[in-house]
Amino acid sequence: MSARYELRFSGSGGQGMILAGIIMAEAAAIYGDKNAVQSQSYGPESRGGASKAEVIISTQPIDYPKATAIDCMLAMTQEACSKYHYDIKPGGILLIDSNEVKDVPKGHFKTISFPIIETARKELGKTIVANIISLGMIAELTGIVPHEAVEKAVLARVPAAFVELNKKAVQIGFQSAKGLK
Amino acid sequence: MAEHKKKLLQGNEACVEGAIYAGCKFYAGYPITPSTEIAEGLSVRLPKIGGKFIQMEDEIASIAAAIGGSLAGLKSLTATSGPGFSLKQEGLGYACIAEIPLVIINVMRGGPSTGYPTGPSQADIMQAKWGTHGDHPAIALTPAYVQEILTETVRAFNLSEKYRTPVIVLYDEIIGHMREPITIPEPGELEVIDREKVTCPPDEYFPYDERFEVPPLAPFGTGYRYHVTGLNHKKDGFPTNDSKQINENNLRIMRKIENHKAEIWKNEEVSLKDADVAVFSIGSTARSANFAVKAAREAGIKAGLLRPLTIWPFPDAAVKELAKRVKAIIVPELNLGQMVLEVERCAGGACKVEGIHRVDGEPITPAQILEIIKKHAK
Repeated sequence: MSARYELRFSGSGGQGMILAGIIMAEAAAIYGDKNAVQSQSYGPESRGGASKAEVIISTQPIDYPKATAIDCMLAMTQEACSKYHYDIKPGGILLIDSNEVKDVPKGHFKTISFPIIETARKELGKTIVANIISLGMIAELTGIVPHEAVEKAVLARVPAAFVELNKKAVQIGFQSAKGLK
Repeated sequence: MAEHKKKLLQGNEACVEGAIYAGCKFYAGYPITPSTEIAEGLSVRLPKIGGKFIQMEDEIASIAAAIGGSLAGLKSLTATSGPGFSLKQEGLGYACIAEIPLVIINVMRGGPSTGYPTGPSQADIMQAKWGTHGDHPAIALTPAYVQEILTETVRAFNLSEKYRTPVIVLYDEIIGHMREPITIPEPGELEVIDREKVTCPPDEYFPYDERFEVPPLAPFGTGYRYHVTGLNHKKDGFPTNDSKQINENNLRIMRKIENHKAEIWKNEEVSLKDADVAVFSIGSTARSANFAVKAAREAGIKAGLLRPLTIWPFPDAAVKELAKRVKAIIVPELNLGQMVLEVERCAGGACKVEGIHRVDGEPITPAQILEIIKKHAK
């Protein structure tokens, strides 16, 4: 089997986890030189409930679109973390929002804790870009997609009025993760 | 031209691209998860190219409106999911007997009834064939990749126009909602079949002229007067009680598909030539199967995949031939056993047939399929 790099973005419905997954897949497959598929799972609610998006990145064609052994998972809520952390592979990375996830799961993976939502509020005055900060952090932590590709993919997805805000958010993500590796 | 020709699109978005590419100019529908993005996309796109989008009051009205759009000469589409597909069955049968080209997309979700709206399913295989009552022809296509949703939507329009019959595209929620990079083909790259033009003058025209295997359909409202009904009819479209006529009417709509099965069938084969164990699968499950087959080959097991892109008419010939040369055919499907019955029928005892079934709203994994491949390879 060719190497599959598996990412999972999880949180609560409305936190932009699916959008984060889409942007990561675009960074890899449209602005980068790899193949990627993005899939998602969510409940019938339009807000709330555990929500997850998965991105598989490979240099080969990708058949099975769902995660099997996760290289890096983001959890923005306790519910999502408790529900979805089981598939992280040994040596993988779990990135959690330190204010949201208090009951940290144990496993043969590396847990990285950071106040993602609080940072969005304090630095940018908007918690809505917490998903973009986390995207930048994942790019830095995993190195699976170049920073430029992530930035291009983010900016291609946001309305003109929010370009500066999102540019800052993704940079904060890159910088914040540097000291945490 | 967009900056990047390659785009990351969702399956349902690729369906929209396929419909536009095929020349669809009329969409009538009623939104339902997990198919709603098709309606959303076409509501934006169709008005820009002189097409019409209409959200009807329910699914029955939607298919009825699409039938009307098609009769008026426009390539017409409706999209739905399981519960809505149940409601559309009345119109589907009507389009079969009245011989009206039409494409119906069914993005399959868990059932029965409203079931599990956001979960995948492949439980509408038999409904696509037998959901509407009476003997009738059925064409159903089963893409498995986002790019294929585009190309198979185009093929669905082509087949519906060529054979003057409704064509169903069946894919599950996983493929409908997942995104992967696809390339939008340039005009001319894919074949697009347009409706055959009527050449005779209006007073010589019969919409069900038995001299043709597939009589040309004149756009309603262009001076060609005819009757359209769900009753068995004569060549002018008016109802008949003549048993010979009824018989011919019923047989011809079957024959026009039956005689062209070989052109309608489309299969993808993966390492099947020397296979001892074969997997028969569609949609997202076929992607798991492909993964499992590759893993089996790496483990030294001669496994292969037969992946039909046309599930109706059922690929009898391919399965019959395969059954003669493999030990077993494994049929993973997201239902409690539908395609497996057809595979058993075609295999006729020539090899073992085993289904893998799952209805918990989760996909059948490559590991599940690999385990059964290994069992039969022993």
